[in-house]
Amino acid sequence: MSLDVNKIRKDFPILQRETRDGVRVVYLDSTATSQKPSQVINAMNDYYQKSNANIHRGVHTLAEEATSLYEGAREKIAKFINANSSREIIYTRNTTESINLVAYSWARANLKAGDLVVLTEMEHHSNLVPWHMLQAEKNIELDFIPVTENGLLDLDSYKSLLDRNPKLVSFTHMSNVLGTINPVHEMIQLAHDAGAIVLVDGAQSVPHLSVDVQKLDADFYAFSAHKMCGPTGIGILYGKSALLESMPPFLGGGDMIKEVKLRSFRANTLPHKFEAGTPAIAEAIGLGAAVDYLSNIGMENIAKHEHEITEYALERLEEIQGIKLFGPSADKKGGVAAFTLDGIHPHDVAQILDKDGIAVRAGHHCAQPLHEKFGIPATSRASFYLYSTKEEVDLLVNGIYKVKELFK
Amino acid sequence: MDDLYREVIIEHYKNPSYRGKLDPHDISFADNNPLCGDHIEITLRLDEKGNVKEALFDGHGCAISQASADLLMESIIGKPLDEVKQLKKDDILEMLGIDLGPVRLKCALLSLKVLKAGVYGLGEASDELVE
Ligand SMILES: Cc1ncc(COP(=O)(O)O)c(C=O)c1O
Repeated sequence: MSLDVNKIRKDFPILQRETRDGVRVVYLDSTATSQKPSQVINAMNDYYQKSNANIHRGVHTLAEEATSLYEGAREKIAKFINANSSREIIYTRNTTESINLVAYSWARANLKAGDLVVLTEMEHHSNLVPWHMLQAEKNIELDFIPVTENGLLDLDSYKSLLDRNPKLVSFTHMSNVLGTINPVHEMIQLAHDAGAIVLVDGAQSVPHLSVDVQKLDADFYAFSAHKMCGPTGIGILYGKSALLESMPPFLGGGDMIKEVKLRSFRANTLPHKFEAGTPAIAEAIGLGAAVDYLSNIGMENIAKHEHEITEYALERLEEIQGIKLFGPSADKKGGVAAFTLDGIHPHDVAQILDKDGIAVRAGHHCAQPLHEKFGIPATSRASFYLYSTKEEVDLLVNGIYKVKELFK
Repeated sequence: MDDLYREVIIEHYKNPSYRGKLDPHDISFADNNPLCGDHIEITLRLDEKGNVKEALFDGHGCAISQASADLLMESIIGKPLDEVKQLKKDDILEMLGIDLGPVRLKCALLSLKVLKAGVYGLGEASDELVE
C-alpha cells in the first residue's frame, strides 16, 4: 500500500490556507515543526470540551476520564516505539527537556571530573548546551565525532573515541540540517562494547522513520510531539527501566512523590517519578492521537513517500546553477534539503520565497557548530513530510529561479 | 515583488561603498544577530573636532542587514558623535524606505546597534540602544 497524499492533505486544514490573496501556502518547514491533522486538533478539543480535569488522585468521573486518556496516550507511545513498558515513557516538554533530564539526573549522578562524553559535530544545540553546562559544573570532558565533507559521521574517528572509554555517547538519529540518517544500531553496539551508555536524539527520526528502541538497544531516546503531527509543549524521554529506576528525580513537587513529610519525601515509581506538577494533559492526548494517525498510515509508507519526494527534490535542485546542497545523497538521508545560493543570503532566499507562499527556514537551524564546520553562517532549508508533494518541489525550484533573477 | 527588495537595497548589498576596515581607527565594535548569525563590525575615524571622518562596516549577512549598514555608514560621515547617538530605528527605516516585520527588523537594525554600542563604549549591542 502506498500513501494517498491528496487524501492526507485534506486532514491538514492549514494546508488549504492562503498566505496572501490567491497564494496557497507551500509548507516546507516540517523539520522545524510539522502541521497538525484535524484528528489531533479534535482529540485535544474533545478533551477540553468533554473530559477536562486534573489527572491522578481524583475519583470523580471527569478526573478518571482525563487520567485514562492521559495514561492511554502513554501506552500508545510506548507501543509506537516498541518500548518494553509504558513505565519507560516519561512525558517532558520537548526533546530539549528530555536531554536536559538525562544530563541533570543521570549524568550528574554518574559522571565525575575527567569522564568523557562523546557527541558529534552535527548536533542540534539542544544536545550540546546541556553538556557544556554539565562540563562547567563537573569538569567532564567532551569530544566530538567529526562530520565528513559529504555529511556523514566519521566512524573510524568514532571508534578511536571509544578507545578512550567514554561514559556516555549522545548523538542524533537524523540531522536536522544535513538530513543524514546515522547508523544508530551499529553505533549503539560499538558504544555498549566500550561500556558507554547511549542517548539518542530522535527529534527528527521518530516523526519520519519506524523506530524500535529495543531493537536499537538505545538506553535513552528523546523526541518531541510537535514534529510528528502532535502539539507543542510535550515531548518524550524513553529510558530503559533499570536506568530510570537508578536515577535521582529531576524536578520536585506534586505527582512525583509517593510520600511527603515536613523534612523529607519518597519519590514515586516510574514513570511518575520524573513528572512533577500538573502536566500537559491535552497535549499528551494530542500526541496519542498523532501516534494513532501516523500508525494508521504506516511509518514505512511515510518513509517511502518522503524518500521519493526527497530524491525528486535533490534532483531538481541540483539543476540550479550556483546552488550548493549540504548532506549526503538521498539514499542516506531523510526529507531535508539545506542549501546556499552563490552571492545570495539565505534570509533573502526565504523572504523572497515567502512572497509565493513558500515556507522554508533560513539560518543556522540551531546547529551553529555544524555550519561553522562547513564555513558558512547560514543555509536555507526546505524539508518534507507525509503531506509534501512533487508539485510543491516544483514551486520551490521556480521560486529559487525568481530569487536568482532578482539578484542578477 | 513588493518593495522589500527595492533596487537600492540590492545595489547597496552587491556594491557597497563603505565595506572594509579602518586600521588604525578611533572606535570599533562588532556583534552578531543571535537569531541568524549575521555579523557586523564597524570601524570609525574621528577628526580633531570629534566628528566622524571615516566609517566602514565589515561582516556578512542578508541584503537587508548589509544594505542598511552601508546606508548607515554613508549617513554618519561628517556628523558629531552626539548626533550619531541620537539615531533610532525610524532613521534606519527611513533610509531603507521599507516596512519590515519583526524578524527582518533585527537584520536592519544590527548595524545601528553595533555602531551605538561602539560609540557609547558598551560591551554589548542591545536592543534598547535603538528603540
Ligand atoms: C535534531 C534535533 N534535536 C533536537 C531538537 C529540539 O527539539 P525541541 O525544540 O522540540 O526540544 C530539534 C528541533 O529542531 C532537532 O531537529
